[in-house]
Amino acid sequence: MTSPDWIALLAADLSRGGASVAEQPAAGLAPARLVTIDADRWGELARSAAAAGCRWAAGWGEDAGDAIVVNVVLARSGTYLVARTQIDRRTPVLPSHTPAFPVADRPERHTQDMLGVVFTDHPDARRWTRHQAWTDAENPLRKDFPAAGNPPPLAPGDHQYKFFFAHGPGVYEIPVGPVHAGIIEPGHFRFQAVGETVLNLEERLGYVHKGIEKIAEGRDAAGLARLAARVSGDTTVAHAWAACMAMEQAAALAVPERALWLRALMCERERVANHLGDIGAILNDIAFTFGFYQFMRLREEWTRLSRDLFGHRFMMDCVVPGGVAADLEPAQATRVHDQITGFRAQLDRLLAIVREQPSVEDRLLTAGALKPEHAAALGCTGYVGRASGVDYDVRRDAPYPPYDRLRVEVPVYRYGDIAARVRVRAEETQASFDLIDQLLAGLPAGAIRGDWAPPAAGAEGLGIVEGWRGEIVTHVRFAEGGRIARFFPRDPSWTTWPALELLIHDNIVPDFPVCNKSVNGSYSGHDL
Amino acid sequence: MDNQLIAWLLAAAQTALFVGAAPLLAGWTKRVKCHMQNRAAPAVWQPYRDLAKLFRKELVIAENASWLFRATPYVVFSAMLLAAAAIPLVAVDLPTGAIADVIVLVGFFALARFFTALAGMDIGTAFGGMGASREMTIAALAEPAMLMAVFTLSMTAASTNLSAAMGYVLDTGLVLRPSFLFALLGIAMVAVAETGRIPVDNPATHLELTMIHEAMVLEYSGRHLALIEWAGQIKLMIYAVLVVNIFWPWGIAREFTMEALGLGVAAAAAKLMLAMVILVVWETVLAKMRIFRVPEFLGFAFVLSLLGMLTHVVLETGG
Repeated sequence: MTSPDWIALLAADLSRGGASVAEQPAAGLAPARLVTIDADRWGELARSAAAAGCRWAAGWGEDAGDAIVVNVVLARSGTYLVARTQIDRRTPVLPSHTPAFPVADRPERHTQDMLGVVFTDHPDARRWTRHQAWTDAENPLRKDFPAAGNPPPLAPGDHQYKFFFAHGPGVYEIPVGPVHAGIIEPGHFRFQAVGETVLNLEERLGYVHKGIEKIAEGRDAAGLARLAARVSGDTTVAHAWAACMAMEQAAALAVPERALWLRALMCERERVANHLGDIGAILNDIAFTFGFYQFMRLREEWTRLSRDLFGHRFMMDCVVPGGVAADLEPAQATRVHDQITGFRAQLDRLLAIVREQPSVEDRLLTAGALKPEHAAALGCTGYVGRASGVDYDVRRDAPYPPYDRLRVEVPVYRYGDIAARVRVRAEETQASFDLIDQLLAGLPAGAIRGDWAPPAAGAEGLGIVEGWRGEIVTHVRFAEGGRIARFFPRDPSWTTWPALELLIHDNIVPDFPVCNKSVNGSYSGHDL
Repeated sequence: MDNQLIAWLLAAAQTALFVGAAPLLAGWTKRVKCHMQNRAAPAVWQPYRDLAKLFRKELVIAENASWLFRATPYVVFSAMLLAAAAIPLVAVDLPTGAIADVIVLVGFFALARFFTALAGMDIGTAFGGMGASREMTIAALAEPAMLMAVFTLSMTAASTNLSAAMGYVLDTGLVLRPSFLFALLGIAMVAVAETGRIPVDNPATHLELTMIHEAMVLEYSGRHLALIEWAGQIKLMIYAVLVVNIFWPWGIAREFTMEALGLGVAAAAAKLMLAMVILVVWETVLAKMRIFRVPEFLGFAFVLSLLGMLTHVVLETGG
């Protein structure tokens, strides 16, 4: 990318307004750059960044003793900026970024619930992550709060949450979940509908809040990698990789090249498994059962080979600080290659059947269309963004090793409907087959694991990885003795859940399940 | 024993066979479906095991359920039982067949649907109301199409009695009637919609928001659910028997001898199994349609039935 240095321009723009903006050295955050800014200029930062066409990628807070540190990650054409400010612990008041970046809404409400930060001009100050088991005076991510919390013997029912309300002739409300008729993750969806047409959908998530950020504190590096692998079970490799990348950056640790290539191999295998499963599940939601079972069969065969190769169907705990835990024998490489050869042919045939089926086409075309401007405004990445014209892939546009030496094909469509999201998944699967072949061909020899050396207290690192759902941004800060002080994994679902609320407008209620499945946000990765 | 008594006993036996074999037909359908989808199938007896399990299970009833909710499973099951009694499965000219004609049959279905919809709304959940409203939308379009198809047959046979209609078809032998072809297509499409099959409804879904029939009965459990599921299986069999026995009645017993009755059972079983294979192929190659397409689907069924009647009037009665 040969764009001008937008970070310098942004800093200059803010300085002209009288803000004190200072770029700080931060090796651990590379390739992102770090600037600090006064708290009272925090809102201006968002406005300038929005005007400059930046994407608001992540936001989180840290308890730094006397002060609360608030960070955001802004991105533009493959370069990342970490902006940071400090506010007083006793009066933690900060301007909100939500007016400029609607996607900042829930991350800021999460920070509000977890750290007690008050965002002054936030348009919607309702709680988000906090349910009835803890009071609004308790802020779990403050260091003086016990990890076990102070839960009441029986948490009261959560029925005081104020949902948006619609009224008028023929308007009715459908509450769905958090307990569903099938075995899926819990989340509550509140529809306002007229007849079968959806007027408004409001999500209420947080039912799988596990306190991941809190229980990360005090772990060692290996423990954090194991925890990161459980942020969202279907993204175990990518989350573990992002966390390890952040820790290795903080420790300035060089990872053996073979380990990086094996991580990429696992990550691509994870991508293929999930895309195959998703295409099958989308077909199941429109009752095209033949397609469902065929794609599920492919996924099953794929995960079984992953188990044979790495000892776990989803390759959980295979990515460890300093490298990987499992090596690939040459004979196994042949099996991987042979499987891909067989899968290419099968996938081509299956996709041809699915595409030629008018009844499938009728359900998927134009349904659940996410407008490109909405996808861009929310900063959607991954297949949701790429089906709506967001031409961004970390592997290609901000490549981390080994992708800097590989050719990554990135399919992009602009229709934004379910059919486009299916198509992006299918083509990404085929692109991953190519990538795995490239990885096998160029797999370097050598060690698969380096020695882990804990960094100094205060060291921080940023890991940015293209998981199968999209860009994952993970921040790790160390305390004394190589223990973790702060862990924040930003799953791509933080951007795609709000997209679901937008794309369902004017669709019919019975199309919601397939729209939801085509986005497939992670409940666990979002609720943390 | 006089003939009348034997006839009544046979009628009772046929009804028992009808009701008893309905889960078997569902099991067969499931089995064929699994084979079509390349997966291992449960035994054909599985629906019996499921029903037995549900009958043993504890009943969980919503606190605000009224008598309507409790009575509906029995009303629905009884309606289906009576409807099954009126349909010649193995033999024609049975006394139960003379009690009710095809219009009463449609009435039985309407009664069952009316109570199911009320029970769905009785609980007060959003899903019950949603399912009831969708079911009624479909019913309002399916019933005229069904009646129109049935009238085409009645005009040909000059009777609304099913036994008489089948007897007429048997008497006249294999004649290609365009009106019957149209009516057959119309009634088959109505049957798909009325029994909640793909592409109108998906009987296997767990997605509450897409459900039609299942949404209304989501709150049922235990023996109530068993009765409703069993009634659903009987309904599927009723439609299958209507289609196969009206349009291909050959094999059905016209006299009450052991040979004729045995042949009747074998013929009915073979025809039903074949009909279900066709249904499964249809369900396998199609995805479910968007719900606002269902009126178009049923409108098409109505037009086909109407065409059947018109061709009957134009081509088959002029003589």
